[in-house]
Amino acid sequence: MNFMASKQPENSLLGPESDSQRTLYPYVTGTSVVALKYKDGILMAADMGGSYGSTLRYKNVERMKAIGKHSLLGASGEISDFQEILRYLDELILYDNMWDDGNSLGPKEVHNYLTRVMYNRRNKFNPLWNSLVLGGIKNGQKYLGTVSMIGVNFEDNHVATGFGNHLARPILRQEWHENLSFEDGVRLLEKCMRVLLYRDRSAINKLQIAKITEEGMTISQPYSLKTYWEFSAFENPTQGAVGSW
Amino acid sequence: MPKQQANWSPYDNNGGSCVAIAGADYCVIAADTRMSTGYNILTRDYSKICKLADKCVMASSGFQADVKALQKHLAARHLIYQHQHNKQMSCPAMAQLLSNTLYYKRFFPYYSFNVLGGLDNEGKGCVFTYDAVGSYEKVGYSSQGSGSTLIMPFLDNQLKSPSPLLLPVQDAVTPLAEAEAVDLVKTVFASASERDIYTGDKLEIVVINADGIRREYMDLRKD
Repeated sequence: MNFMASKQPENSLLGPESDSQRTLYPYVTGTSVVALKYKDGILMAADMGGSYGSTLRYKNVERMKAIGKHSLLGASGEISDFQEILRYLDELILYDNMWDDGNSLGPKEVHNYLTRVMYNRRNKFNPLWNSLVLGGIKNGQKYLGTVSMIGVNFEDNHVATGFGNHLARPILRQEWHENLSFEDGVRLLEKCMRVLLYRDRSAINKLQIAKITEEGMTISQPYSLKTYWEFSAFENPTQGAVGSW
Repeated sequence: MPKQQANWSPYDNNGGSCVAIAGADYCVIAADTRMSTGYNILTRDYSKICKLADKCVMASSGFQADVKALQKHLAARHLIYQHQHNKQMSCPAMAQLLSNTLYYKRFFPYYSFNVLGGLDNEGKGCVFTYDAVGSYEKVGYSSQGSGSTLIMPFLDNQLKSPSPLLLPVQDAVTPLAEAEAVDLVKTVFASASERDIYTGDKLEIVVINADGIRREYMDLRKD
C-alpha cells in the first residue's frame, strides 16, 4: 500500500541535502563591475544588463546598491544570488541599527562579513555565484575590496570583476593615481567601460556610475557612452575574415 | 538524468612564494606580495605573512581564501590559549596546532602551503615546514609555494644543511649573521622572480629576534 509518495528525489541517498538544491550554473547574469578610489571616496560603475545565456533578457538591472551609511556593493554574476545577498545584508544592517549605540558597520566590516558568507557557501559546495565589489568611506578612511564566489578577497586602489580584470585593470594601473578629482575619476571609469562595451559581448550601452563619500551615496541616472565605429577595420568587417578580429 | 558534475572548482591557486630561515638567535620569514589567478595579477600588494603569536610568524601561499580562513582560525585559537594559560603560545606549540588544524580537514584540505618561523622557548630560531594536510618537520630553513622549486636548491647550496640522518643529531640552524640571512633572502627572491611568473612585485621580510619583530620591504620585478 502506498501511503505517501516520497518527497525525496531519486538521488537523495545523501540524506536531506539533495543535489537538486545546489547551485550548478548561473542563469541570469550581470557582467563586469569596475571601481576606483578617488579624492573624496569611491566611484563605481556597472552596466544595467541581465543576460540569460546569450540573450539580453533584462535591461534595467541595478547592480549597485548602498549598504548602510558607509558602503556601496556592486555585483556581477547570478542576479538572484545578488538579491539574496542584499537580503542577508538588510538583516545585518537592521541588527546593527537596532543596537542604537551610535556605531555603524563600516565598509571593512561589511566586506569581511561578505567574505565569510561567500567562503562558507563554497565550503558547502553551494556557492553564491557572484563576484562582489565593496567600497566605502568611514571617518575619512577610504576602503575598496572585492570577493569572489569561492571566497578569494583582497582590497586595492582599483578593482574590477570578470572581463573588467582583463580590460579595465591594465588601464587603471597605467592611469590611476592618488587624489583623483571627481571629474577625472568619472572620465577614467568611462574609459574602462567604453573598452568593455566594445569588447565584452555581454556588456550593454546603458550604465550607471555610483559615488560614495562621507556625505552618502549617490547613483547616476542611467546613460549611454558615445562610441565610434568609423574605423576602417569596422567597415566591411568580413573582408579580411581569416585571422582578423 | 545522470548526476551533474560540478563545473566550478572550490580551489584556486593564487600563487606566490614563502621562505623562512632560522638563525642562532633570530628567524627570518619572507614572502612576495603578488596575488594572481591564472595568468592575471589580482593585486600587487597582498601580505601572505601573519603574526600568530609574539614570537611566531607564519607565511602561507596557495589558495588565498583557505589561507585567510586558516590564519583566522589559528589567531582565534591563540586568543583562547592566552585566556586559558595567561601566556603566549610558544612556536613549537603553535607548530603542533597548525599541523592538527590542517589534518582536521584531511578530506577537504586547506590548499595552503605554510612555513612557520619564530623563536623557541630558549630564544633560538626555529622553522617548521608543512604540506597541505599537516605533515610537518622542524628544519633550519624552508621554502614553499610556486617558486619553492627554484628557491629550495639554492638555499640547500648556500646554507649547507647537515644530513638529518647523522648521529649525533646536528643543529640545522644556520651560523650566518642576521644581516647575511636577510641578504640571502633578498637574493633568492630576486632570482625566483626572474623565472617564476607568479613571484614578484614586492618582497616582505619579517625578522624576529630578542628585540622583537621588525618588517622590511624590497621591490621585485613587476612582470
